[in-house]
Amino acid sequence: MHGRPRKAPKPEDEAASSAKAQKLRALQTQFFSFHHNKIYTKEAVELSAKLLEINPESYTAWNYRKLAVEHYLNLPDCNPDSIKSVLDDELRVVENALRQNFKSYGAWHHRKWVLSKGHSSIDNELRLLDKFQKADSRNFHAWNYRRFVAESMKRSEQDELKYTEDMIYANFSNYSAWHNRSVLLSALFDKKAEGFLLKEKVLPEEYEFIHQAIFTDPDDQSGWFYHLWLLDQTVTTDSPLLASSWPGHGSDVLLVGDRCYNGSAFSPFSALHSDSGSFPIVLYFNQPVRGVNSSTVTVECGFNKNEDLLWKPLSASNSQTARVWVAHLKVPSSDLHSTVEVSVGHTKGIISTRGFEYSHPSMLSFKVHVQPMERDSSQVSVAESISLREENFKVYGKQSEESIIDSFDQLIIKNGHETTASNWRFEALAKEIECFRELLSLVDCKIGKLTLARLLKAYDAMSYPFANKLVHSEEVLELYSDLMKLDRTHYQFYKDERSIVLLQKYKDSVSSAICGPICLRLNNLSLSRMGAFEKLLWVQMLDLSHNELQSIEGLKAMQLLSCLSLRNNKLRSLTALEPLRKLKLLRILDISYNQIGDHSIDTTRYVCSSPLSHSVGSELNRDETVTSDVALINNWEAFYIFKDFNLNQLDIVGNTIADEKFKSVLVKIMPKLKQLDGKLLD
Amino acid sequence: MAELAVDKHVKYILAVEKNKDSFESVVMDHLRMNGAYWGLTALDLLGKLDSVNVDEVISWILKCQHESGGFSGNIGHDPHILYTLSAVQVLALFNKLDVLDIDKVATYITGLQNEDGSFSGDMWGEVDTRFSYIAICCLSILCCLGKINVEKAVSYILSCKNLDGGFGCTPGGESHAGQIFCCVGALALTGSLHYVDKDLLGWWLCERQVKSGGLNGRPEKLPDVCYSWWVLSSLIMIDRVHWIDKEKLVKFILDCQDVENGGISDRPDDAVDVYHTYFGVAGLSLLNYPGLKAIDPAYALPVDVVNRIFFSG
Repeated sequence: MHGRPRKAPKPEDEAASSAKAQKLRALQTQFFSFHHNKIYTKEAVELSAKLLEINPESYTAWNYRKLAVEHYLNLPDCNPDSIKSVLDDELRVVENALRQNFKSYGAWHHRKWVLSKGHSSIDNELRLLDKFQKADSRNFHAWNYRRFVAESMKRSEQDELKYTEDMIYANFSNYSAWHNRSVLLSALFDKKAEGFLLKEKVLPEEYEFIHQAIFTDPDDQSGWFYHLWLLDQTVTTDSPLLASSWPGHGSDVLLVGDRCYNGSAFSPFSALHSDSGSFPIVLYFNQPVRGVNSSTVTVECGFNKNEDLLWKPLSASNSQTARVWVAHLKVPSSDLHSTVEVSVGHTKGIISTRGFEYSHPSMLSFKVHVQPMERDSSQVSVAESISLREENFKVYGKQSEESIIDSFDQLIIKNGHETTASNWRFEALAKEIECFRELLSLVDCKIGKLTLARLLKAYDAMSYPFANKLVHSEEVLELYSDLMKLDRTHYQFYKDERSIVLLQKYKDSVSSAICGPICLRLNNLSLSRMGAFEKLLWVQMLDLSHNELQSIEGLKAMQLLSCLSLRNNKLRSLTALEPLRKLKLLRILDISYNQIGDHSIDTTRYVCSSPLSHSVGSELNRDETVTSDVALINNWEAFYIFKDFNLNQLDIVGNTIADEKFKSVLVKIMPKLKQLDGKLLD
Repeated sequence: MAELAVDKHVKYILAVEKNKDSFESVVMDHLRMNGAYWGLTALDLLGKLDSVNVDEVISWILKCQHESGGFSGNIGHDPHILYTLSAVQVLALFNKLDVLDIDKVATYITGLQNEDGSFSGDMWGEVDTRFSYIAICCLSILCCLGKINVEKAVSYILSCKNLDGGFGCTPGGESHAGQIFCCVGALALTGSLHYVDKDLLGWWLCERQVKSGGLNGRPEKLPDVCYSWWVLSSLIMIDRVHWIDKEKLVKFILDCQDVENGGISDRPDDAVDVYHTYFGVAGLSLLNYPGLKAIDPAYALPVDVVNRIFFSG
């Protein structure tokens, strides 16, 4: 089926093919007769060998041979010698079949089945494997079988590691060998095997090794992914850390009870409008964790009992693991000025997905001020269109005058002991940066630029809390711009990476601690992707209009969002809006002038919770008032996305999907909606 | 740019279905059930499913069902999970799932789940993540996914996740686009895509696109039209398909057509077959090629067929 040249069939070819077909057909018919009648004579078994030699993919014949072996092993007159002979016969048949097609699943499995019987010499197998791997070093069947043999022989990981080294020295362009090396090294690290206890000793050698592959032929992909793994091993700390929070440490939070924005951008406080009598505490970790609860995170304040606090993970479906955790703190409706202390991880229990404990207990504290509802403001018409007013926004690009220390600093300073231990990390990165700069001075290659960009980003990320700026941002942005020209096939990949760097670079200097802004304008930046959420937790009103966003993945972390504009972007489906379902405070949403309804293929269909992914039950049938009117097959996405929203105002014009029929469906799904495309609803 | 020679491909598929006497056909005899799925799904995407005799197909399918509930690749062969899925998929295409004793099929599949959550292909015990995908997809279509231990099935699949973000056939197995499709598909169908590092895997997958615009299945291998499905559907499920150049891929697929005799091959100017014809057409559907029905990337069935299963009745 693969790699055969296309040629017009000639009559003599067709005749030959037909004759071969008849012969094979006859063989097969005879075989079926033996198989269905359970005949396992020597002659019958020999016929199956003939069939498998011509067609090793005829799986039923392999099954038959297993039945024949078992039939034979159950005979009273069998002895160890005759058993070995029978099984050796099977191994011979497999070898013949593999000669025909060394990728035959059936043949390899049959061999494994025979070896598992325990009567055959396993040492032979390594020799056989050597032959196959010399013929094709990328044959994954052979590599898988090798893993089985190595385990049966109890070969050490170190020995197998040496084998991968030999294979790589024979030919650097051997992704399979590099892959196996990563599996073995990873196991040795996990086991803390002798000689592999300290990554700082092992990784520099591995870097030397991989350089030979990458620098010999930068266009050969075999080493790229191994290098990326080495980088990950260099920068990733095992224990999870708290990356940021809202409220931030040392901040003042003003809770305002009404819906009207009253210009408190000029006040020294972060004002949060709360019509629910509570506000969220958001914890953003540097990797997904589980076990965040009122034992592992304690909230001490005068007005609430810690045990009453319910911490929830912001995760898909019902997973108990997430990077972002939220709890809602109830506040009394009367005047209040109080300090809240949040202690994270003083009790064990917060664990990463790889099983590492949160090991740097931290504490943050902030002040809460409650401003009760003012009588006057209730006169303002609730239906008044709340626009994303110009003056409310801190304009992107206008840097704040004061020197601002991000609240994050204060958390990290407590993690002092980690920094001295990580000098080897800085050294390793610095060395790599030097090597790749040198490569790029000789060869203008894509992997050189991409790796250098990744190295510089990693270096900055590791230095971040101490240095106040991301030193290499400009260079990284330029590298990605170069890549967008150099490798046009992957233009969008580099653009997405670049968007995130852009966001991280500017949001450096924003703080929720002192200035109190709550609005952020990020429009007209050619952003194709959102990121840097750990720095954006404070945002209540966000203008992302006039960008190129086709995804808002991760936006669910911005728990304070009440107004969001995604006008004039490239959202392609309703399911792309799923991250917004977790934004309980969202009241105003503008998704006008996107591409919803233009495309028949939905690329967020499975990233979204729905009946198709079995992460939601048949809630469809329960709400009769909605579903009886709604043509469900055509509108299930709208139902799933919007039914939990609490919007006052929605703009959807300029999307192919937004015809009158669809808008009336939306109104039924969201009875609390007050305004749709500028029109007041009754 | 070339166009999709729809009529030629339809003719080719129908001819292959009828021609049972060529050597190719006899050698593929044992996987005719897969061939039926490839040919018929391609016909449906091309809007021509009504060109076949439904009753004949269904009667043949049912002849391939064994006592155990599983289906074989053709009459006379042994049952296997591979052909059980294809049989169910074809019946779904024709909206004839009601001819099945669903419990019987489900029993066959649940019986193949092992202690560690993995699935064997049949009673002989070969384990592969392909079979995990098949079990999950098949029971999902039959709306009885809860009959297997989903949690263990998912954890086995995750044990096959590699350090490059991809997946192999068994733990430690090298990442390969076909296995990645199976694992990502299985995780998608079980609402478990949050376990996938989409950026890491997305980069590995998008680097499958080579200079010619075609996609290969793993690093330093030749491009092949079938990867237009395995790689592409994986990218779509994790929402990273914009990381490849879609137009170049469309051009590559169209260049693999035999515009005179119909059919699509693995590479330009190679011999065509039904397998690559299906994957080429399915790939074009995922790339929004005009005139084709939309295909669902996880179920590998037309979207209207999937919607019919979940949202009507």
